[in-house]
Amino acid sequence: MMKSIADKLERQLPRLVLAPTVLAIMVFVYGFILWTAWVSFTNSTLLPKYEFQGFFQYVKLFGNDRWWVACQNLAIFGSLFIFICIALGLLLAILLDQRIRCEGAIRAVYLYPMALSFIVTGTAWKWMLNPSLGLERLMHQFGFTGFTFDWLVNSEMSIYTVVIAGVWQSTGFVMAMFLAGLRGIDDAIIQAAQVDGAGLPRIYRCIIIPSLRPVFFSSIIILSHIAIKSFDLVVALTSGGPGYSSDLPATFMYAFAFNRNRLGFGAASAMVMFGAVMGIIVPYLYSELRGKKHA
Amino acid sequence: MAALKIENIYKKFGSVEVLKGISLDVASGEFLVLVGPSGCGKSTLLNLIAGLETVSAGSIMIGDRVVNDISPKDRDIAMVFQSYALYPNMNIRKNLSFGLETRKMPKAQIQEIVQKVSTLLQIQNLLDRKPSELSGGQRQRVAMGRALARNPKVFLFDEPLSNLDAKLRVEMRTEIKRLHQRINTTIVYVTHDQIEAMTMADRIAIMKDGIVQQFDTPENVYDNPSNRFVAGFIGSPSMNFMPAKVGIDAGQAFLIMDTGNGRSHKLTVPREISPLAPWNDREVIFGIRPEQITEDTKRSRETGKNNIINCEVQVVEPTGPDTLVFIQLNGVEVTCRVHPAAARRPGETMALQVDMSKAIFFHPETGERI
Repeated sequence: MMKSIADKLERQLPRLVLAPTVLAIMVFVYGFILWTAWVSFTNSTLLPKYEFQGFFQYVKLFGNDRWWVACQNLAIFGSLFIFICIALGLLLAILLDQRIRCEGAIRAVYLYPMALSFIVTGTAWKWMLNPSLGLERLMHQFGFTGFTFDWLVNSEMSIYTVVIAGVWQSTGFVMAMFLAGLRGIDDAIIQAAQVDGAGLPRIYRCIIIPSLRPVFFSSIIILSHIAIKSFDLVVALTSGGPGYSSDLPATFMYAFAFNRNRLGFGAASAMVMFGAVMGIIVPYLYSELRGKKHA
Repeated sequence: MAALKIENIYKKFGSVEVLKGISLDVASGEFLVLVGPSGCGKSTLLNLIAGLETVSAGSIMIGDRVVNDISPKDRDIAMVFQSYALYPNMNIRKNLSFGLETRKMPKAQIQEIVQKVSTLLQIQNLLDRKPSELSGGQRQRVAMGRALARNPKVFLFDEPLSNLDAKLRVEMRTEIKRLHQRINTTIVYVTHDQIEAMTMADRIAIMKDGIVQQFDTPENVYDNPSNRFVAGFIGSPSMNFMPAKVGIDAGQAFLIMDTGNGRSHKLTVPREISPLAPWNDREVIFGIRPEQITEDTKRSRETGKNNIINCEVQVVEPTGPDTLVFIQLNGVEVTCRVHPAAARRPGETMALQVDMSKAIFFHPETGERI
């Protein structure tokens, strides 16, 4: 009798251990996604109201000028951030792959920014890019009094400072991924290409870089989700300013939902972001899972 | 087509000397096999010929040109790698044509060559596939096709069959040999498999510890090994070695063999092959191949009367055409190759005929041939 209870318990144990986590995720992730979706269809302000108002908030959202600035900023930030991170990361990885000395130390130097939170990165870059504190002042002290670098306070250019800080933080990680990819390539393939008469640039262009396709794919997926959910970096670096010139959808959502007490409106923008992320992640997961089945 | 001349090559990696003075002379159109246990330096030698590594001392000549300082692409060689090293991102057609495109050959000509090579190797229907979609044997063909398309002066093969299963390996072995007979280009082929070496080579270079132990035709390497290492490395099952005391009686050398149970027997060494005169009353290493110890037949009794020994059979291994019988001679296990019908069971005594005309003797300390 005792034995059968113990047996039963043992069989149920994994489920019992997992249950709290599953429950927490069901409520706090998926439950609140549904709750947000519901709120986005209401006219909630400071506190949620639960009267269905249809697509009223969405219509207002897409008529809002600041929302479009945020979306445009996301497009600029996202594309430049992903492109520069991959280009620089690949370049660094190729240079590091030439069997140089103290490779481990150099790799660590490039990877360290990953260990910082975006808040720290943002604050540090805010000081460096501040015209009266950082780079511009330094150049003035060196005697280059004509030097100006005021992107941080220039509403045309402020979003690009976010790109700079983001790239600085994430390039090392992309480099590590590419380095792993490069190390996975059989040396014999490179030797075969050498015997075939190809020089090093051609070997990289025609053989090595094309065979890193999966790494490109993973990098783009990872970087694009970092870009879309970017929030802390902007908050720390520019607070969305000057004005709302460097707003991203995430900071926009926060500003409306919690600072301006327009919960329904904020929820609507959150749902649009959610849709955009799903649009990227779902095809990726689909292709990944399908690929595994084949292999 | 070109001759290959390797003169006194040394190669060091840091303080480790991998090749210690290798000299090989390969005639134009010859099939040379480099064989040896792992770590003997054979692959390093191949990489030196290819130009993927640089020599520490000595010279390599392809045709009448010293290529020591010429980069791989200008040496006019093609190489087939153990892992095939196909370009994973390109389809087979592109794999075959990549080297030609690099050399700026006109498109029409490239297409013609790709067509010709793929027909020769029967891979026409694979041209639009990616390497990952091919089986091992097909990849092997493509790797050879890529080398063939270049029409080089010298082909280099680096253990190309070691990743294939046993049956396919035998097929590809014949195919490579047939290919060589057709195109008649100089080939240097590295393997650790002595059967591959025996079956394919015009000449074999057996290497150990960075030194060529013997460089000769397969027949000579088999029948006249220059030392105990070569004798043991070539041939399967490998040659039997046993310590044996030499005696000389009326100018006739003989070996004293202990056949077990305190009985001993004298094996006479035919006079014409006997270099044993200075070894009277001393011990040598007696080497004899399994197929030279066979069952006692009427015919063999007529040719070599005295050399019949009676031994207890210990283990029997049928292989099909022959059966291997294991016995003890002078305290060493000895393999004999007998007709399946003549093999006795373990524990029984069997009369065995030893063909001493092909017996060879080695120095007990140095392992050199006597």
